[in-house]
Amino acid sequence: MTESLRHTPLYDLETELNARMTPFSGWEMPVQFQGIKQEHQAVREKAGIFDISHMGKFLLQGTDVLPQLQTLVPSDLSNLQPGQAQYTVLLNPIGGIVDDLIIYNQGTNAQGTEQVQLIVNAATARKDWAWLQSQVQDRVQMTDQSEAMVLLAVQGPEAVERLQAFVEEDLGAIDRFGHRVATVLGQPGFFARTGYTGEDGFEVMVEPEVGQALWRSLLDQGVAPCGLGARDTLRLEAAMALYGQDIDDSTTPLEAGLGWLVHLDRTPDFVGRSVLETQKQEGVVRRLVGLQLEGRNIARHGYPILHEGDEVGAVTSGTLSPTLGYPVALAYVPTPLSKVGQTLSVGIRGKEYPATVVKRPFYKRAA
Amino acid sequence: MSFEYPEDLKYMDTHEYARLDGEIATIGITAFAVDQLGDIVFLELPDIGTALDKGEAFGTVESVKAVEELKAPVTGTVVDRNDALIDAPEQLADDPYGAAWLVKVRLDQVDDDMEDTLTAEEYQAQVEGE
Repeated sequence: MTESLRHTPLYDLETELNARMTPFSGWEMPVQFQGIKQEHQAVREKAGIFDISHMGKFLLQGTDVLPQLQTLVPSDLSNLQPGQAQYTVLLNPIGGIVDDLIIYNQGTNAQGTEQVQLIVNAATARKDWAWLQSQVQDRVQMTDQSEAMVLLAVQGPEAVERLQAFVEEDLGAIDRFGHRVATVLGQPGFFARTGYTGEDGFEVMVEPEVGQALWRSLLDQGVAPCGLGARDTLRLEAAMALYGQDIDDSTTPLEAGLGWLVHLDRTPDFVGRSVLETQKQEGVVRRLVGLQLEGRNIARHGYPILHEGDEVGAVTSGTLSPTLGYPVALAYVPTPLSKVGQTLSVGIRGKEYPATVVKRPFYKRAA
Repeated sequence: MSFEYPEDLKYMDTHEYARLDGEIATIGITAFAVDQLGDIVFLELPDIGTALDKGEAFGTVESVKAVEELKAPVTGTVVDRNDALIDAPEQLADDPYGAAWLVKVRLDQVDDDMEDTLTAEEYQAQVEGE
């Protein structure tokens, strides 16, 4: 049985632009408009807009919301102030990653109810929902806004300026990982200075009609419509993990190079903590590394990593970096082979191609 | 979107074409295939002198999105290869039926009736029905 694909409220506007659509996590989503390279370049140099309405959007309201979430993530949430956000991971009991997500502390509303917004991956939204439902208590009410709201990512060096034209409040006053409710096209919208491209920009959550109007308005301003293809090449240059490829239920954040969001010294007990403590003490057996390849061959998900003829790991993501002009990849390799400068090879269709471990991210925007 | 399907070509259902000129066949991929692949980044083609077998893989074309094997529409020996295209595979998008040919092959059988291939009309019907 095939399940019919869901459409975001922007679907008609996207097909109007002759977007090439693809099934993605139960949704029919645009993979490209003008072409991956062009869209990629628009985001690196100017501004692009992505429909990411397929992502899971959960609103948590109640009492002790953050302390309850704290038991599920390895990052310290005790200093997360209203208006701030934390990128982190939900962990399972073996320290594996249930999902990566952003937790937005929206403070307390007029009735004294705490409000926290979660944005999770589309592919894992159902799993996350069930996991959260099983872990949080009655004092927290969860609302799934995934189909009710539009989520747009406006990204690139000119993104804030383009977006500002339609917003009353000063977006420049919002720090990286900061957020607020602001007035866009006369309507309330949730603005977060977050993204998945390695560029400055915002993720904006609004009602469907507002989202459609904002999409049109930004396109009129010359902002390039971008699909999932460019979203993938952009995030990979920035070495941001893709759930289901680079991280999953069997990889821990310490293996995945996400140690910066594991705060063992500050964080009380959380699911999976003992596994991370052991890994921290004894060291991890494998690590996710960045690889640079020669030539133009793309090392794709699942291709083997070889060292002195032996298969020692596997590629999790790879592309030909549009910005850098050479192929890059992420791969799990044994820790002794994970140092920057280590030479390895990738098996591509039966042949070995040299690859060198390099620093991540592959691309970093000028500060 | 509409594509060109030159009448003088023989088409494979795997999107390669052959242009026959006496004992030489010029092999390429169709405009439809180029469009489906998107940004093409890499092309792997056989050396001159390589024997090709009809229906068998002879190289690969890779885009940001996907990697596809190239299937030979004819049986014969590679006599020329488009090295300029290997250096700049993105140019496949510009002129797939002209400057962006892949290899030229000397046919083993000059009187090959190409009965396994599609006409322009048949190929068009197939891809536009997809």
